Amino acid sequence: MPEKIPADSVGIVETRHQSFEQPLALDCGRELPGFTLAYETYGTLNEDRSNALLICHALSSDQHAAGYHSMDDAKPGWWDRCIGPGKPFDTDEFFVVCPNNLGGCKGSTGPNTANPETGELYASDFPIVTVRDWVRSQKLLAEALGITRWAAVIGGSLGGMQAMQWAIDYPDSLEHALLIAAAPKLSAQNIAFNEVARQAIVSDVDFNGGRYYDRSIPKEGLMLARMLGHITYLSDDAMREKFGRELKEGKLNFGFDIEFQVESYLRHQGESFVSRFDANTYLLMTKALDYFDPAADFGGDLAAAFARTRARFLVVSFTTDWRFPPARSREITRALMRAGKRVSYCTIKAHQGHDAFLMPVPQYLSVLGAYTNQILAGA
Amino acid sequence: MRPDLEIIRDWIQPDSRVLDLGCGDGELLWWLKRDRNIAGIGLEIDDDNIVRCIERGVDVIQINLDEGLRDDFDDRSFDYVVMTQTLQAMRRPDLLLDEMLRVGKEAIVTFPNMGHWSNRLQMLLAGHMPVTRALPAAWYDTANIHLCTIRDFEVLCRDKNIRRLQRTTVDYNHKASVSARLLPNLMGEIAIYRLGRG
Repeated sequence: MPEKIPADSVGIVETRHQSFEQPLALDCGRELPGFTLAYETYGTLNEDRSNALLICHALSSDQHAAGYHSMDDAKPGWWDRCIGPGKPFDTDEFFVVCPNNLGGCKGSTGPNTANPETGELYASDFPIVTVRDWVRSQKLLAEALGITRWAAVIGGSLGGMQAMQWAIDYPDSLEHALLIAAAPKLSAQNIAFNEVARQAIVSDVDFNGGRYYDRSIPKEGLMLARMLGHITYLSDDAMREKFGRELKEGKLNFGFDIEFQVESYLRHQGESFVSRFDANTYLLMTKALDYFDPAADFGGDLAAAFARTRARFLVVSFTTDWRFPPARSREITRALMRAGKRVSYCTIKAHQGHDAFLMPVPQYLSVLGAYTNQILAGA
Repeated sequence: MRPDLEIIRDWIQPDSRVLDLGCGDGELLWWLKRDRNIAGIGLEIDDDNIVRCIERGVDVIQINLDEGLRDDFDDRSFDYVVMTQTLQAMRRPDLLLDEMLRVGKEAIVTFPNMGHWSNRLQMLLAGHMPVTRALPAAWYDTANIHLCTIRDFEVLCRDKNIRRLQRTTVDYNHKASVSARLLPNLMGEIAIYRLGRG
């Protein structure tokens, strides 16, 4: 917990909610009769409403991207390293908006909220949502906030996919798109990892077809899913550096309890995740990842998908990211160039793997800062 | 503005598409955008230069040119592919020249001329590898692994059926002189070429 709020923090923040009465048609063919998006904002919207940044969150995050909810918080929001006064997404200059995606579990309409048509929790009846559905709902939030054009739409990983979809679906509604540690679509290996994570959840005896809110939750399954996911977020190097083969008790015990530090760490990650995340949401988010493929509507031609975009792009990857390695970002970059779009691309040297996009890697922060400075200068 | 870049700027037609290989801090592309209204992309490997390009709004792609342009760039997708003071640092300058003229309708290259009299004199009289203002590094730590003379370069172009569209040889300060015009391989410190195919 912060004893005092750091000077470069956005400080104490609160989540707001925007409800929409109109039905939202979804890609799966169903519609939500109405919905709510939880979101946070940092900084001030300027007079001509031209300084707004939209932050799209990844698989397991939410609307709390920066600052603290109270002085009792152990940690600030998930992207606090990038959002705040003087930081790359400078809240002295920009108005930053971060919503919780539909299907989330932190206040937006999702499995743990009530279906207005039945009065019961959606649980497993919540429709499968896609990146395109999220972007559609975010567009309605933008309109509600009076923002017709984002200065930039920004995201890492699954968030970068949303920024990409924004540029394709609403070409006139953003000036810049920042796609960080993203991919144009998942590989078979990516989908395979997601499937194992989902199977871990649904095969937990407590899962009960997704209807577990009034009983014990599928703790073991969600924990396993997170442990597996976490391995793919870190690099081999980072794990070696952090844990090596270090033993928790300094000796082998010839048993199946936790012996190596890395086992202890993963279990801890899994347990703390269970206390803050919902299993049904995890299933939905991994599906949205699996389904994402903007080129599919264009005969598999990503450059054709980008043809109508009007944003300028920044694409960033990290050397040790094996979940969405630099080659995947290069695919995006190549398609953008082929489509004749303005794009910059960098590979950041970082040992942290996919997680590097959340880390204070100096070159990464310099690139983001240079890019947003250049947005302000209107270069 | 760096004088060699000034010469190149004057060779480039307005409103064209320019790819700058090893674009450094993006100075050339920045000027070309301002003075020639070009659409440009730079390729660069150095982290600090990447940040400088982005800061001034020059589009830059971080890649290692030794990997070639491969499938990143379509045939004839640029009017000009430019490479200043980088050719001699490439692992295979000959292959890169081919790539430049695949991706670009024309190529513009500059390189330090090893045939300059001061280089010849140092080899002949002092018997050591030349160290000059145009080539300041020692043999063991220089990035320039494929130095050539103007004559070498023109032989390569002839063998590859590359056409010389324009040539300027200048001194270290990028000043043209009568001597460098008359005896380019002996008097020119830096060579600047505009090349085409066939």
